Amino acid sequence: MGDIFVLVEHRQGKIRDITYEMLGVGEKIAAEQGASLTAVLLGHGVKADAEELASRAPRVLVVEDEKLQHFNSLPYQKVLSTLYAKYQPFLTLIGHTAFGMDLAPGLSAELGLPLVTDCIGLSSEGKQLKATRSIYGGKVQANVSLRESPGSLATIRPGTFPAKVPFEKGGIIIEPSPLSEAMDAKKFVEYFEAPLTGEDITQAEIIVSVGQGIGGPENIPLAEEVAKNLGGVLACSRPVVDRNWLPKERQVGISGKSVKPKVYIAIGISGAFQHVTAMQGSDTIIAINKDPRAPIFAVAHYGIVDDFHNILPVLKEKTKGGMK
Amino acid sequence: MNIIVCVKRIPKTAEADIFIEKDGKEIKKDNLVFTLNDWDAYAVREAALLKDKHNGTVTVLTIGPEESKEALTRCLAMGADKALRIEGPEIADANLISKILYQAIKNEPFDLILTGVQAEDDGWGQVGVTLAQRLGIVHAAIVNRIEINGEKALVKRELEGGIEEVVELKLPAVLTIQTGINEPKYVSLSAIMEAEDKEMKETTLEEMGFIEREPLDVTTDQVFFPPSGKMAEMLKGSPEDVVVQLTEIIKKKKG
Repeated sequence: MGDIFVLVEHRQGKIRDITYEMLGVGEKIAAEQGASLTAVLLGHGVKADAEELASRAPRVLVVEDEKLQHFNSLPYQKVLSTLYAKYQPFLTLIGHTAFGMDLAPGLSAELGLPLVTDCIGLSSEGKQLKATRSIYGGKVQANVSLRESPGSLATIRPGTFPAKVPFEKGGIIIEPSPLSEAMDAKKFVEYFEAPLTGEDITQAEIIVSVGQGIGGPENIPLAEEVAKNLGGVLACSRPVVDRNWLPKERQVGISGKSVKPKVYIAIGISGAFQHVTAMQGSDTIIAINKDPRAPIFAVAHYGIVDDFHNILPVLKEKTKGGMK
Repeated sequence: MNIIVCVKRIPKTAEADIFIEKDGKEIKKDNLVFTLNDWDAYAVREAALLKDKHNGTVTVLTIGPEESKEALTRCLAMGADKALRIEGPEIADANLISKILYQAIKNEPFDLILTGVQAEDDGWGQVGVTLAQRLGIVHAAIVNRIEINGEKALVKRELEGGIEEVVELKLPAVLTIQTGINEPKYVSLSAIMEAEDKEMKETTLEEMGFIEREPLDVTTDQVFFPPSGKMAEMLKGSPEDVVVQLTEIIKKKKG
C-alpha cells in the first residue's frame, strides 16, 4: 500500500509538537497497512527543519517557496493538491489546530476526499479508515467510519497522541514549488501578541481558576479573595474571557496560557480539551463542579461535586489571613 | 454590505444528564434544551454590528427541523433582516451540509458569509471553510476581529498560545467566527416580538432541486461515554468537612 502524509506544522521558525504527535499516529497506521510514512514540509529556508524531521520520519518531502514562509491556506492548498496528484497518499494527517482548521476542509473539498476532523483515535481496518471523536463538549465519544476512498484526510487533536521518538535516518526529497502566479486574495500580514498588563499566571504556584459555572462577574471577587488567601493567583477558562469577566491574559487554554502550578483549583470548569491540555501538567488538580459527569473530574486528582456557592465562602473564611 | 450567516440549533449538554439511544448511534435528545449554537450567536451579533457600520442586509440560514425556527427568530431579534430554514436530510455530515449551503447560496448576492468556528454538538469545525472552497472564494477560520476597508477585510485569526495573526482577504469571503469576538447583547422580549414580523422563509431540498447520490463521507458507528479511567478522589461531607479536607490537601501539596 501507498503513502501516509503528515503535514508538518511550523510557526515562527519552530516545528510544532502536533507534527511529532501526528508522526506517531502515522507510524501506527503505516504498520497496520504496510505503508510508508512521509513528513511533508512546506516552508522557506527550512533546511534545518528538514534534517530534524529526517530523524523522525523515513522520508521528508520538502517544498520551498517564499510564499510558504508563513502559513497561508491558499499557497499551502495549491502545493498539497499538486503533491497529492503525484504521490496519491491514501491518508493525509493535518493538525486540528488554527493552521489545520483553516486548511484541511478546503483541501478535502478541492480533492473530493473524505475528511474526518478532530480525531482522538485513528485506525484502519482493511481499506476502511475509522476514527474516534469527542463530541458534545467531551461528554460523549463517537466511533466513525470514513467512506471508502483512494485517499482520505484526518485532522488530529493536539496533545492527544504520544510523540514519535527519533531513531531513523530518513531521506530528504526536494520537490519543485508549483507556485508561479501571484496569490493575493489572501495575505498574511503579521503576528500579534498582546503585552502582559497584570500578573503572569504561568509563574504562580497556586492557581484558582474559574469557568462559566462561576455564574457571573459578581462572583469573581469571591474567587479572587480565595486565591489571595491561598497565596495564589486567579485564572479562568475561555467562556469567562469571552464574557469579559476577566482579561484574556488570565486565560488557561490552547489559545491562552499553559500552566503547571503545584496546585490548580478548577471551579465551575467543565473540562473542555482546550482547557485541559493547558493545565493537565499541574502537580495537583482539584475540581469543584456541580455536574458529577463533568470531564474535568477525569483529569483532577481530587474532586468536589457541589455548587461553588456552598464551598467558596467557607473556604474564604477558613483561609482568611493566609494558610496556617 | 450583504452578509449571510449560517447557523445551527443545538442541544445544550454541558450540565445535562446524557443518555444514549438504543441503536447506540446518537444521544437521547428528548430531555435536552435546544438553543442557538454559541459560536453562531457571536457570528450573528458580529453581522449585526457590521451592518450598523456599513449598511446592507443580514440573512440567516439554517438547515434543520421545524423547531429551528426558534433559533432563527432569535437571530432576527439580534438584528438579522431575514431568515431561511431548509428542511434538512435525516442524517448528514459536515460535507453534505456544506453542499446544501452551497446550493442555497450560490446564486445569492453577498459580500461576506459568517459561520461559527464549530458547533457545540458535533464540533466538525469544517462547514465554513468547505463552503468557501465550493463557492471558489477565500476564507479565514477562527476569526476574532474584523475590519472592512472597501473591497478588503483585515481580520485577526486566533492561533495557539495567546498569538494571533492578521490576514488580509479580498471580498467576498467566508469567515468562521470565534467566541468572544464581540460582546453579546441581551435580546429583549420586544425585539423578539418585532422579529416575528420579519421575513422567514422555509424550503426543502426537493424544492431547491438538491439531489445527493454520493454516500456520506463520515458515518457514526457508535457513541459511548468516555472510558472513565482514573477518576478524581471525591471529597465528601458537609461543606465545612470538605473545606477542611481541601485545605489539608493544599497545605501538603504546595510544600
